[in-house]
Amino acid sequence: MSSTTLPAGNDKPVYYEIDEHPHPEGHSTLLGFWIYLMSDCLIFAILFACYAVLGGNFAAGPGPKDLFDLNLIALNTAMLLFSSLTYGLAMIAMQNRNLRHVQMWLAVTGLFGAAFLAIELYEFSHLIHIGATPQRSAFLSAFFTLVGTHGLHVTFGLVWLVTLIVQLGRHGLNPANQRRVACLSLFWHFLDVIWIGVFTFVYLMGML
Amino acid sequence: MSAATTHAEQAEHDSHGIEIPHASYRDYTIGFVLSVILTAIPFALVMTGALSPAVTGVTILGLAVVQIVVHMVYFLHMSPKAEGGWSITSLIFTIIVVGIMLSGSLWVMSHLNTNMMPQAHEEMSQIP
Amino acid sequence: MSTDAVPSTSAAEPTFLFGKLGWNSLPHDPIVLSTMVVVIIGGIGLLALVTRYKLWGYLWKEWFTTVDHKKIGIMYMILGLVMFLRGFADAIMMRLQQVMAFGGSEGYLNSHHYDQIFTAHGVIMIFFVAMPFITGLMNYVVPLQIGARDVSFPFLNNFSFWMTTSGAVLTMASLFVGEFAATGWLAYPPLSGIAYSPSVGVDYYIWALQIAGVGTTLSGINLIVTILKMRAPGMGLMKMPVFTWTSLCANILIVASFPVLTAVLALLTLDRYVGTNFFTNDFGGSSMMYVNLIWIWGHPEVYILILPLFGVFSEVTSTFSGKKLFGYTSMVYATVVITILSYVVWLHHFFTMGSGASVNSFFGITTMVISIPTGAKLFNWLFTMYRGRIRYELPMMWTVAFMLTFTIGGMTGVLLAVPPADFVLHNSLFLIAHFHNVIIGGVLFGIFAAINYWWPKAFGFKLDPFWGKVSFWCWVPGFWVAFMPLYVLGLMGVTRRMRVFDDPSLQIWFAIAAVGALMIAAGIAAMLIQFAVSIWKREALAETTGDPWNGRTLEWATSSPPPDYNFAFTPRIHALDAWYDMKAAGVEHPAEGYKDIHMPSNTGAGVILAGISTVAGFALVWHIWWLAGLSMVGLIGAAIAHTFNYKRDFHIPASQVAATEAARLRQLQAAGA
Repeated sequence: MSSTTLPAGNDKPVYYEIDEHPHPEGHSTLLGFWIYLMSDCLIFAILFACYAVLGGNFAAGPGPKDLFDLNLIALNTAMLLFSSLTYGLAMIAMQNRNLRHVQMWLAVTGLFGAAFLAIELYEFSHLIHIGATPQRSAFLSAFFTLVGTHGLHVTFGLVWLVTLIVQLGRHGLNPANQRRVACLSLFWHFLDVIWIGVFTFVYLMGML
Repeated sequence: MSAATTHAEQAEHDSHGIEIPHASYRDYTIGFVLSVILTAIPFALVMTGALSPAVTGVTILGLAVVQIVVHMVYFLHMSPKAEGGWSITSLIFTIIVVGIMLSGSLWVMSHLNTNMMPQAHEEMSQIP
Repeated sequence: MSTDAVPSTSAAEPTFLFGKLGWNSLPHDPIVLSTMVVVIIGGIGLLALVTRYKLWGYLWKEWFTTVDHKKIGIMYMILGLVMFLRGFADAIMMRLQQVMAFGGSEGYLNSHHYDQIFTAHGVIMIFFVAMPFITGLMNYVVPLQIGARDVSFPFLNNFSFWMTTSGAVLTMASLFVGEFAATGWLAYPPLSGIAYSPSVGVDYYIWALQIAGVGTTLSGINLIVTILKMRAPGMGLMKMPVFTWTSLCANILIVASFPVLTAVLALLTLDRYVGTNFFTNDFGGSSMMYVNLIWIWGHPEVYILILPLFGVFSEVTSTFSGKKLFGYTSMVYATVVITILSYVVWLHHFFTMGSGASVNSFFGITTMVISIPTGAKLFNWLFTMYRGRIRYELPMMWTVAFMLTFTIGGMTGVLLAVPPADFVLHNSLFLIAHFHNVIIGGVLFGIFAAINYWWPKAFGFKLDPFWGKVSFWCWVPGFWVAFMPLYVLGLMGVTRRMRVFDDPSLQIWFAIAAVGALMIAAGIAAMLIQFAVSIWKREALAETTGDPWNGRTLEWATSSPPPDYNFAFTPRIHALDAWYDMKAAGVEHPAEGYKDIHMPSNTGAGVILAGISTVAGFALVWHIWWLAGLSMVGLIGAAIAHTFNYKRDFHIPASQVAATEAARLRQLQAAGA
């Protein structure tokens, strides 16, 4: 039938792979993790949709202009951008098989991430202190949930970073660890992409 | 399990299989510089109030889209070739679904509010 | 009306040690109490038997910790079957209540209990029956059909199964400890909010679905990647079996819709636990937003359930008609179109909420459009049968029953898609009849077809045809007798979820429906007998060829049951019906040259993680904060600990493969002689 698949110089098509090379372990991991990120993206999509629909319902409470401090947000955005760059440097170090540099840049990334979280927590505690709690209005519920979910992801990323630095110390740049560094890279940059949406749609648009 | 053997050459096998996208200083530098610019402009526009709110809104949304593309290309190394095209296919599918969810929800809910709420949307913000 | 009073479960003050849990959380209702006693005695009996026959080690090593997609698939099917019996018990109770509660009678269920029953019935049947069944089928069949040795992420597969089970365990626990939601299966706020549902029922609902949802999403990702990356060489996308195609689309829908459910339930959780105002009546919340969001998940979910079964019917029709599937390409495109379109129809679930004419028209039209690819599929099946040499064995019988039943259900669905008609029929028993018509006629009949079709592959013997036919002839007419009256009642204006009735003229229809439910009960009993008899007579029903139905796809190319590694040599694919192609070409399986086969190792991590999740869920339901915190920390710790395990695989030595394959060859020769 499908004569095009016949190997040259052979009458019979091959129906069984006698001399096969099995799928290498973990060859699907990056794609699988990417698809997971896509599903995570939909969680954020729903939170954005909630913010878009409920974000105008202040319930006679404070609105964005009463609450947001763009200087703080600019600083926060800078932290996340720097962390993306330093993660990139970790990836390059991994390519050069320089274990120490990988660990160092991952640690620096973690520090920027921690700074981001600290600033966000400061912002949240300030808002709650002045009475703009998540319970105050649908707008604030949606705001805290959207931004907080992003923050929760960053926290999770930090836990992962620390775990990975330890694992790199134990096993070096073996294939499994390389995969993990690459997956966390996707995760980290993905969070940065979500943050673009957050600072544009929530903070900047809110101040217009 | 008892008959199992762990092979040492397996580790060798493994390293062939990982398709970690190639990273370069050039990519990350371009990406970082573009991102800084694309972040600075919208912040500056909003903080100075140089343009009218409507124009600013459209501009910063447009810049956000551009910046997302920049991140996708230079940081996430998206390309039509990665993973046999499946990464970008799944990304496009996700963008379509996200678009449907966001625009659909806004459309549905705004019509609901118009029909079912006697007050205008602006007043909604003031109802306790 | 004292029976209608809500039990005072929230009366006691929460304590630090036990949260809201107290002695009064245990059932008072005699019906529930006696069920609990029976379940406890049965459970102790089961545990005693397992201990008596020293099966714990076997179960743990061979099943609970397995990463073999085939065993995980079978465990999913068992979970689905067990939960199906629970869900059906709820159905029978509702039928009995509704037929009794006429002429001033209150029936035998108080409203609080009745409301929990219809909620539990819906939740269990969708999340813990239909979903495990289809996930089980996909898990078992897809890797075999694409010539793979396992799924892409075998450990994740095990973990997904146990998370689904964990959700089921929480749902079952709610029967005896506390209560289940009394809100209907989608738990619309504000009713499901803390103001109107202050007790633990909705919390059970939330945490059961969240934990099971993690499993579902991960298994979806797993199967997508498996299909994309693990296909045998030569199997291009348009050479994939139809079941694999529909599974791919169903899993895409899972991954692109279950996160929505997760997010919406998380927001409801925040409303209930933290006091936010997403869906409340005050402070700018909008309960309509919940309805909007949950149906963005809910409609794709419908197609998640039915698409894999469309694949099953395609395989069965083609095999038992002895022809290749008519219009394979159109079948694939119809599936893809349904996948996309299922995202733009969600509003037809709430036409009456008041979005107005333009919005309703749009969604009414998209809903009608989606019936076109579905119709195309039906014609493809009919044309496959046309001039085929049809063998009416059990899988084919279920398929024909499906075609007849599902078509009617589909047409009543198109009726409901017309917004003005929906204003009359919304939330009526007509709707109930419609979706049971498509879910039973489509999903359940499909699962029965699949069980009868693939059972010989999974266990090496066929299912007993006599009891299978008894089951079929109880089920199919039973379905019609049980649900046609509901169409009538719906057109007469009876709404869903009613507990008592005033109009005596309605009673006869409920009586007919109850008779139908009893016929279905007989069908279920016959099916259980069928399984038992088949296991009993497994020698006589033995299937040694690996290809009992003269099949066309790759799963029939290996032995029944397949060895751990599925295929000693990975097949190379040249045509759509790969195994049929190989048979036509007279391909001989190589008898030597085996190599070591690389396999993933079993691990108990999935059981442990899911076990901790169950505890965490229980603690959160009952506000036992110290335990919730502890189990969260434990969960993260156990997950991290698992990532420190780098030795996750082993090799089956070539000698062992050769021995297994030689035994299979002898078996084949004996069968041929």
